[in-house]
Amino acid sequence: MAKRIDVSGLNAYYGTHKAIEDISMTVEPRSVTAFIGPSGCGKSTFLRTLNRMHEVTPGGRVEGKVMLDDENLYGSGVDPVAVRRTVGMVFQRPNPFPTMSIYENVVAGVRLNGGRYRKSELDGIVEKSLKGANLWNEVKDRLNKPGAGLSGGQQQRLCIARAIAVEPQVLLMDEPCSALDPISTLAIEDLIGELKERFTIVIVTHNMQQAARVSDRTAFFNLAGVGQPGKLIEIDDTERIFSNPSVQATEDYISGRFG
Amino acid sequence: MEITSATPPGPPPPRKTSRAGDRIFLGLSRGSGILLLVIMAAIAVFLTVRATSALSKNEGDFFTTFEWAANSTPPKFGIAVLAFGTVVSSLIAMLIAVPVAIGIALFISHYAPRKLAAPLSYVIDLLAAVPSIVYGLWGALFLVPHLGGLYTWLNDYFGWTGIFAYQGGAARSLFTIGILLAIMILPIVTSVSREVFLQAPKMHEEAALALGATRWEVIRMSVLPFGRSGVISASMLGLGRALGETMAVATVLSPSFTIGKSLLDPGGGTFAQNIASSFKESGEIGKDALIASGLVLFVLTLLVNGAARLIIARRKEYTA
Amino acid sequence: MSDVTMDSTVVADSTPLPSYTLRQPRLPRWAPAALAAAAVAIGVGIGLGAGLGSRIQWGLIAAVVFVAGMFALAARVEGLRQAKDRLATSMVWVCFLLAVVPLVSLIWETVSRGAKVLDGNFLSHSMAGVLTIQPGGGVYHAVIGTLEQVGIATAIAAPIGLLTAIYLVEYGRGKLAKAVTFFVDVMTGIPSIVAGLFVLSFWILMMDNGYSGFAGSMALAILMMPVVVRSTEEMLKLVPNELREASYALGVPKWRTILKVVLPTAIGGIATGVMLSVARIAGESAPIVLLVFGSQVINNNPFEGAQSSLPYYIYEQWAAGNEASYDRAWAAALVLIAFVMILNLVARGIARWKAPKAGR
Repeated sequence: MAKRIDVSGLNAYYGTHKAIEDISMTVEPRSVTAFIGPSGCGKSTFLRTLNRMHEVTPGGRVEGKVMLDDENLYGSGVDPVAVRRTVGMVFQRPNPFPTMSIYENVVAGVRLNGGRYRKSELDGIVEKSLKGANLWNEVKDRLNKPGAGLSGGQQQRLCIARAIAVEPQVLLMDEPCSALDPISTLAIEDLIGELKERFTIVIVTHNMQQAARVSDRTAFFNLAGVGQPGKLIEIDDTERIFSNPSVQATEDYISGRFG
Repeated sequence: MEITSATPPGPPPPRKTSRAGDRIFLGLSRGSGILLLVIMAAIAVFLTVRATSALSKNEGDFFTTFEWAANSTPPKFGIAVLAFGTVVSSLIAMLIAVPVAIGIALFISHYAPRKLAAPLSYVIDLLAAVPSIVYGLWGALFLVPHLGGLYTWLNDYFGWTGIFAYQGGAARSLFTIGILLAIMILPIVTSVSREVFLQAPKMHEEAALALGATRWEVIRMSVLPFGRSGVISASMLGLGRALGETMAVATVLSPSFTIGKSLLDPGGGTFAQNIASSFKESGEIGKDALIASGLVLFVLTLLVNGAARLIIARRKEYTA
Repeated sequence: MSDVTMDSTVVADSTPLPSYTLRQPRLPRWAPAALAAAAVAIGVGIGLGAGLGSRIQWGLIAAVVFVAGMFALAARVEGLRQAKDRLATSMVWVCFLLAVVPLVSLIWETVSRGAKVLDGNFLSHSMAGVLTIQPGGGVYHAVIGTLEQVGIATAIAAPIGLLTAIYLVEYGRGKLAKAVTFFVDVMTGIPSIVAGLFVLSFWILMMDNGYSGFAGSMALAILMMPVVVRSTEEMLKLVPNELREASYALGVPKWRTILKVVLPTAIGGIATGVMLSVARIAGESAPIVLLVFGSQVINNNPFEGAQSSLPYYIYEQWAAGNEASYDRAWAAALVLIAFVMILNLVARGIARWKAPKAGR
């Protein structure tokens, strides 16, 4: 179910501007890897290169290799649509489709794949995904109501349910809690802990406590200055990063001396 | 600004002039607004008055008579042919223009390379400014001679339906009018739809992309549902234009007071075209009769435009 | 890492989700271009072979061949989803081409046929003493008519429209403002011929005035007002409220704030809107037919007697129905289009140059 990600020598550009430079790292399967770093250091950009969403931005361009087990996401003949189907994504702001019901939202991705599903199969997928996102008990009586009527935290869990409904190999989360209140945040963090048993999870966060709470490994990104590309400073076990990082800049950032 | 930059100590002196200024200014601007309302009311009233005077002398039935002999004694005229021609040609225009306009709008908002998209939407806006008489001239002297082949083909394959039967001769029929009107309303429908598509929230498009949707699926899932009401109101605005278009129709159509079995038969007429074409040969009653038909057109366009505005207003509430 | 097995996802195995590989068979990049070329060849081939006279048909055949071919090819090689995507892409491209062809043709016809008789003589002479079947004559009287009618219409409509917009944005609360807003929208949709009929019924039929340029101007003004109101309103709304509040805080009365702060900030956009509406009414011919009547000779007085105008002149020359008059009609169309386009370009230039920086 979950796959290992192996990145080597990755650069990403916006037009002529180099946003991130020469990133190499390994993301272990069935674990949570957190990306931290100051604003503009390219951690979100890097995340979006992992499911080929970066190239959707006008002028977006990527160099380098991202291996998903033994397949290069940027190899010739690789279909970006298939990549995004395999590597799911949850965004900063909850974005359920406003015109669809909760049920329709969950099966939106499944439906795309065109297979003919019986109603009972779809029902099964909806129940399993919503349970997987810890949302089932809250919405099981109003599956046909619009998804936009839920609270922010519920919407975000609906988006997670929608992402895991297609059984991806990897789940990318781009600051999934930054638009949520503390209680909803806690619910999502608990959920991440459960999801890592089935998926490889990569999460970008601005909140260092959150990184410390949910992740197994943490990567610190930084940039030399405004207009300079972001770089990976170090990646290590979360415990190590937060207690005894090997680079001074990491320690400065974590102890709040900048950023 | 210069009067108040330095506030003198003590209570501010009463500013008689400025209060009077405020009153005059408010009066002027409110007066203009009221004047607009008065003009609208006057249009309705004057047209109705003249129309009633014409209708009282009409020997035929205004709605079912198939001829326009407003200047003979006794006058006999009816709008059946005009209403048919107006509605049919506008509907043909809509059927052709709306899908194409949606296509172009999507092309500009989601398909065209960025370098092409900006100048293209600029050109579309400029085309909306081409005067209708120029479309008419082009339609009469270029389009009509070039449609013969297409109509022969339609007759060969769809002639059996009756509505596409073609006897040959100049293609100055309601169908040609429909095509020409379609070209004319294309820019307005396109530019309104394009605006709506560009407003479609990026985050929903990204949500669809991240689920592994192709470009078309992204558009179907997140752009079209969002833009539907906008496209409907854009089409209504286009329909309003098509219904009231005068000179382009008057130049291209060869008018007659008959309803042909085939859309490709020359002849027929529209409200606006009939007014422009028969105005100069009309006497007093004839002019009033034309005004009566104009009143019908006025009400028709009011309904269509009102509906479009209602949809837009509802949508604003919905998205706000 | 973790000793939980994959079987914790119980339902997954019973659900027939298609197994996925990242590599999908794709058509080569040159395929659409090659197919387009083939489609054009087939279209021309069939057209020539079957002796179809109309080039439009050739194009339609080529378009159908391309769209259908692309779909079939993609469905075979890449699967149905990709095929649908390709179908949508080709449809969108075809729509674009379908629309461009007539529009380019319109411009091309006007320019190439219009340039034939367009010269200094054409611009500086009227049709006085010229039989319609003769070559010669010109548009001078029509240009005079258009300029005067449009000028008067602007003089009426611009202040009223501007003041109405100020009322709606700066003062407008309550029922009156709502009514005005609604009816401005409704007014935008009035067909030009109806505006012409209105002025006809009250100015000419009831008050017994003769045909004149001024009568046409009134109808044009009615068409212009709502456009001016709409665009001015948009521009005034873009002026940030902080500017107004800053001015009020200094004790400046409202009317002076509007005159000295709000209007200067929005003036670029307002000018653009007025010019665009001028461009719109300059091409109107329907009210002219009813109210100005048309004339072959120069009449410099817009308040007395029939005049001509550029759009009317085109109609009249077309109606004359011979080669010489067609030539004049195209030339006048070229003059009219040039006039309207220059107005548009200048207006957009102003908009870009004077755009309020704090907007949006």
